[in-house]
Amino acid sequence: MNRIDSLFQNKKAQILSVYFTAGYPELEDTMKIIETLDKSGADMIEIGMPFSDPVADGPVIQESSKIALGNGMNLDLLFKQIKTLRQKTQIPVILMGYINPVFRMGMEIFLNKCQHAGIDGLILPDLPAEEYEEHFKSLFEERGINNILLITPQTSDTRILEIDNLSRGFIYVVSNYATTGGQSDFSSNQLSYFRRIKNLNLKNPLMIGFGISDKKKFNTVCEYAAGGIVGTSFIQALNEQGKIEKKVGEFVQKFKEVL
Amino acid sequence: MKNFISDSKGYYGEYGGAYIPEMLRHNVKELGDIYFDLINSDGFQKEYRNLLKNYAGRPSPLYFAPRLSEYYKANIYLKREDLNHTGSHKINNTLGQILLAKYMGKKRIIAETGAGQHGVATATVCALFGLECIVYMGEVDIERQQPNVKRMEMLGAKVVPAKSGSRTLKDATNEALRDWIANPEDTFYIIGSVVGPHPYPDLVAYFQSIISSELKEQLVEQNGDENPDYIIACVGGGSNAAGIFYHYIDNHKVKLIGVEAAGKGVNTDLNAASIKNGHRGVIHGSMTYLMQDDDGQIIEPYSISAGLDYPGVGPLHAWLNDSGKAKYIEATDQQALDAAYRCARLEGIIPALESAHAIAALDIMSFNTNDVIVINISGRGDKDMAAYIDSLKYLNNYE
Repeated sequence: MNRIDSLFQNKKAQILSVYFTAGYPELEDTMKIIETLDKSGADMIEIGMPFSDPVADGPVIQESSKIALGNGMNLDLLFKQIKTLRQKTQIPVILMGYINPVFRMGMEIFLNKCQHAGIDGLILPDLPAEEYEEHFKSLFEERGINNILLITPQTSDTRILEIDNLSRGFIYVVSNYATTGGQSDFSSNQLSYFRRIKNLNLKNPLMIGFGISDKKKFNTVCEYAAGGIVGTSFIQALNEQGKIEKKVGEFVQKFKEVL
Repeated sequence: MKNFISDSKGYYGEYGGAYIPEMLRHNVKELGDIYFDLINSDGFQKEYRNLLKNYAGRPSPLYFAPRLSEYYKANIYLKREDLNHTGSHKINNTLGQILLAKYMGKKRIIAETGAGQHGVATATVCALFGLECIVYMGEVDIERQQPNVKRMEMLGAKVVPAKSGSRTLKDATNEALRDWIANPEDTFYIIGSVVGPHPYPDLVAYFQSIISSELKEQLVEQNGDENPDYIIACVGGGSNAAGIFYHYIDNHKVKLIGVEAAGKGVNTDLNAASIKNGHRGVIHGSMTYLMQDDDGQIIEPYSISAGLDYPGVGPLHAWLNDSGKAKYIEATDQQALDAAYRCARLEGIIPALESAHAIAALDIMSFNTNDVIVINISGRGDKDMAAYIDSLKYLNNYE
């Protein structure tokens, strides 16, 4: 069974998914970060495939992508680094990134490499649902790889239902009109949007992301969804002084503490 | 859903489409659902035609260039888009898009700009319609295009530096898209070329198509035949070329020639020839040719002309190239400078560096005596005086 699917079967609340950019802060940190996230108690990992032109990302993830590319990260190298992934951990792992590097490699080759490495899901924000359905859905399904689609405050209920039908694993609920990062607290508009989505009773679990910067906001999104996705604040934590293991451990601990 | 040239989903053959994150889908779809009917409505057409005539100063002249014709032993006509208000063809598009914004009730306008020509044309129409205007411009371009920055500010626009990536046009476009993600309700994004997600390539090509609809009439009047042998235009994103090709696409009597920027040479790392040197991929929401490395990272292009300094090309041109409906060649910085000086000295017209690439085709290609050739002079050279002054050493060749 796909590891994402079994995670959501076994755990219904307070699911913590953590995003980091492959090749950041150092080129060879990828496996170290994955293993430490797993040991520290994160539930799911999203590895960002850095891209030169990350249109949907805010300044922090943009900068991490730039540094990662400068360090020499690329898709071939990433797949080499995660070759031993499934000997070391069974945590669900998702690759997230823009479509151009994937098309450059070729979708089928890319999916084969994902399957081989034990990747459970993909988030490709600029691959529209319609393109996915028409050209790639069967390729994903044959390989047991979940395609995770996004919804935003502007996505209509009709379209959310279509996306629910096309999605596998969970639905990525973008919390606001914004690129990744930013925002101080949730507005009442955001909360009513979360409520609206929750009340649609979709077949896929919901994970809320974008702007989940601390435990308090994480707890809030957990009232409406199976869990939350943390990216920008994790990248910021990685940017601080100290050993990777310590920084990752302390970061995850903050989200695990019972308030 | 109806479109002008692209199919119902915004594809030109395999190129185009709308490869955008869900965050942009609502905005893009809102525009895609209404633009065709809106543009074709009587009210829109009346207002648009009036502005083109009385504000932009159209029709732009078609000028028979006697001394260039004698020099090259051909019949050379120049389509004078440089004589439009704001000094280039960009105003055709910004007038059209600001009307779309007005009819859609949008209050805030954003745009990207490289050399500043589209930024100035956008700031101009925002002043005209009394709408807030924010122009994203790469930090590097702000440095090297100060006069246009000041023009935009005088017109009341806010120029915001794009500090990410290579800090040029592609990054300004990224910033504009990020702004649009963050402000989906009240904001209209005026894209400057035939690039971006559907419906932009289709609607920008339509707004620029006024160039070839005028050309047809002017050629009949001046030469007795609406069909020239060649139509030549420079191609960065490709909006002026799209406009002058538009009504001649699929007309087999007319050869359409696009000229890309070869920078220091197509075989060097320093060029912007996306069709020649690019690979198929997705940039700014559109499937097209783009300059990218083996890992699919977008490569920063180079050209002496800031307006051609873009790593992608409009999907329309990718399709015209693959289908053989148009031919694309390249001109180097040097060839463009030579052409600019020749045009200045023989016709008293200082072209924009972009347009100089189109004129350079006269040196690069061979023509038959008496061939009728139309070159699109997409803009005037005032903005490029610094680059021309730098190259004054070439003067010796002409004195």
